[in-house]
Amino acid sequence: MINVPRVSIQTADFDVAKEIAALRAQDPRVGAVCSFIGTVRDRTAGTPGAISSMELEHYPGMTEKSIESMIDAAHAKFDIFGTRVIHRVGLLAPLDQIVMVAVTSAHRGESFQACEFLMDYLKTQAPFWKKEQTPEGARWVDARVADDVALAKWGITACNG
Amino acid sequence: MRVTVKYFAGIRETIGTGSERYDTAAATLGELRDELIALGGDHAEALARGKAVRLALNQTMCDESTALSEGAEVAFFPPVTGG
Repeated sequence: MINVPRVSIQTADFDVAKEIAALRAQDPRVGAVCSFIGTVRDRTAGTPGAISSMELEHYPGMTEKSIESMIDAAHAKFDIFGTRVIHRVGLLAPLDQIVMVAVTSAHRGESFQACEFLMDYLKTQAPFWKKEQTPEGARWVDARVADDVALAKWGITACNG
Repeated sequence: MRVTVKYFAGIRETIGTGSERYDTAAATLGELRDELIALGGDHAEALARGKAVRLALNQTMCDESTALSEGAEVAFFPPVTGG
């Protein structure tokens, strides 16, 4: 496996195919690659076009540290080989990519599970905040209790939402 | 003791700064929050009891019972909404 960082926080967009290629390069143990991409929607309560842009703020330092520790937890819990997390910050527009989580393993089950685990963790434990621009003005997005529930299925208690 | 206090998202906007040095007598993060509320004004509004405020000590999430130490970096922020 070539030396790829596990976590990147960046304003720039990312190329999913290139990232996955780098993650599994020269690792013949890999038989499964699972990835999740989160993107910017243009609506919340079903009104198309209601969100014109989104600003993502984060806590530099803590963001990287918290995601590194989530990845350590994923590697302790699942039989996986490589993990890559990219999260964008700054000004984004509908259709833009926000986040990518990609995991490699020998068989699909472990990478599917680890990918979901990492996203559930990230939603409630990584210090990012979204501010949406709407016709009524800018508003900070509320945390969702459903995200705490999602993390609870892994036996981890969150009280974010 | 002297600590660095950081604020993010809506709390940062209300207080009007993202970071400040603060001399405190607080033993825990909860006591520090109460001291900041007692300053009144924007601090009181942003950190008011009953508002959803999350905390970190030296860049690790924690709760209000966590002990403070000299030179610590404390952060107050709303529930996180990344991903």
